[in-house]
Amino acid sequence: MLAVGSVLMAGSLVLGVTGCSGGSGSDKVKVGLITKTDSNPYFVKLREAAQAQADKDGAQLIALAGAFDGDNEGQVTAIENMVGQGVKGILITPNSSTGVLDAIKKARDAGVVVIALDTATDPEDAVDATYATDNKAAGVSQGKWVRAAIGTAAPAVVMLDGTPGGTVDTFRHDGFLEGFGIPNNSPDIVGQESTNGDQTKAQTAMENILQRAPRINALYTINEPAAAGAFQAIQSAGRAGQITIGSIDGSCTGVADVKAGKIGATVMQFPAKMAELGVQAVVKFAKDGTKPSGFNDTGSELITDKPMPGLPSKDTAWGEKNCWGTAGS
Amino acid sequence: MTSDTKGTATQAKPPVSSRFHASNLLREPLLGPLVALVIAVIIFSAVSDSFLEPQNVSLILQQSVVVGILAVGQTLIILTSGIDLSIGAVAVFGTIVMAQSAGANGPVVALGATLLVCVAFGALNGGLVTTLRLPPFIVTLGTFTAIQAATRLLAGSETYRVSPGPLTFLGTSFKIGTFSTTFGVVAMLLVYLIMWYALSQTAWGKHIYAVGGNPQASNLSGIKSGRVLLSVYVTTGVIAAIAAWAALGRIPNADPNAYQNANLETITAVVIGGTSLFGGRGGVGGTLVGTLIVGVLRNGLTQAGVDNLYQNIATGILVIVAVAVDQFTRRRSSR
Repeated sequence: MLAVGSVLMAGSLVLGVTGCSGGSGSDKVKVGLITKTDSNPYFVKLREAAQAQADKDGAQLIALAGAFDGDNEGQVTAIENMVGQGVKGILITPNSSTGVLDAIKKARDAGVVVIALDTATDPEDAVDATYATDNKAAGVSQGKWVRAAIGTAAPAVVMLDGTPGGTVDTFRHDGFLEGFGIPNNSPDIVGQESTNGDQTKAQTAMENILQRAPRINALYTINEPAAAGAFQAIQSAGRAGQITIGSIDGSCTGVADVKAGKIGATVMQFPAKMAELGVQAVVKFAKDGTKPSGFNDTGSELITDKPMPGLPSKDTAWGEKNCWGTAGS
Repeated sequence: MTSDTKGTATQAKPPVSSRFHASNLLREPLLGPLVALVIAVIIFSAVSDSFLEPQNVSLILQQSVVVGILAVGQTLIILTSGIDLSIGAVAVFGTIVMAQSAGANGPVVALGATLLVCVAFGALNGGLVTTLRLPPFIVTLGTFTAIQAATRLLAGSETYRVSPGPLTFLGTSFKIGTFSTTFGVVAMLLVYLIMWYALSQTAWGKHIYAVGGNPQASNLSGIKSGRVLLSVYVTTGVIAAIAAWAALGRIPNADPNAYQNANLETITAVVIGGTSLFGGRGGVGGTLVGTLIVGVLRNGLTQAGVDNLYQNIATGILVIVAVAVDQFTRRRSSR
């Protein structure tokens, strides 16, 4: 008896959840958004901005995500289900630049416009258009600022990378070194670790590096959580203030860390802008068939309270107004 | 853990062979999941016109292939009252081996090497469980962690694109009338069919139920539990290799970061399918239905415009309902 009862419960759950989602059978333009995960405030901001823009344009947004960084299967499934659902366009932050290409091709063959947000695909023309930060340029401005900030001291650089081989990671890493003015195999690089952009891993990595290479004075970080973890390690080692930390992202937590002097400078990116432009492009395509194209840089800004001559930057007051997420601790 | 239920090993027979009685039907573990699947399908076809279109049904099957195949191995192990946390990691390791050795030695060697590696991992798990008598949860938690790291070492944290050919064969689609599907779907159904036959019609299958239902009794009745357990883990290795092959068919890209949740997803499918986590009760038929329920929920909720966090809430509740049903029927049948 209970077996049948619970099954009915499961059934009504399905109905219930479906009910919450509101009217789905309208003739609104349907826009799909697929983020890498839904556990990162960056992607939450992306989704909120897309939702706001969709509401403004009278479109319906369906947001799906991978379960973890690298979940190609989840993203492919999301693409397939969205195409089956009849979306006009799909905005995707691909988990792997190559893993989802076949599914994207099938979607485009079915007449859906596909736009990459935040992360480009490889090759770039696998999608109709890309709205993203020029991560190379963001890396260059981090590198230039850190180099200027250490002044005439002999550089001893540590690189806290994200995931080896990741597209964005490579662009930022190479950009930083270019801006800093040293090659990838320079003896001035005294340490290099992968952190997956994770604060805990970055802290552990930095603790170990400080043991091994105490003379470090410049630090590259893939993102602000990595910078926060590194700062924790540096502070515990009694080296706060002696190592210049640069970062990239522009989260409100990161900007607060810049304001507090933990991070020297960060390079802000604008996820909301990517989402807004993406939704607008799909709505336009639905209206008159115009497809967006090419790589569109959504820009980045250097945020610091220690501006360096010749490097355009904004202060943390501006940063707090334009950051994404909410400032923690 | 299992000694409180069935008295003798002979009682722990597979449910598929039981004769029809109204009271038996209510205890039939396959019934609940099947009714849930039918209800979900009815609801979604009412919500969305395109849900029951052949193309969409084909899509749900294709999306179920990798986890569906792995779930067969998970079913075998859970039937012995074990659990395998490493099953997804073994398959991902397999995809990397396959992609790398295909480049150097060609596809046949690559498939052989993958089979060998996956079977070796299965034997390692089984060996540790049987000879050292360690709990499967601990053994596979350890191998899961180690294999995941070994995968990244082997791959240098890079992804390997696989060119179309024998390695992506299971992703090739073909038509039955107007219904288009892939060989991966056929492979999945074959794995289910073979294991259904093995579990319900062979002595080996009956021994698995006996060992899982009551190890002491089955030992006393002359079944070599260690040998049965080892064979189950090795078979699961073979199944992981097939899943690795199917994974490259589905996405021709060997990625060391892929399928991180496959272990939990297979357990979800097995549990929703009515197989008891205490061993000795259930079967692969239920697991197939469980896999399809998860696929139908994900696809149907997307069709209905529901975001994925709500989809995960729905799946989570379904798991708890399924286990509650299992507990309830266990208590009733042991009365």
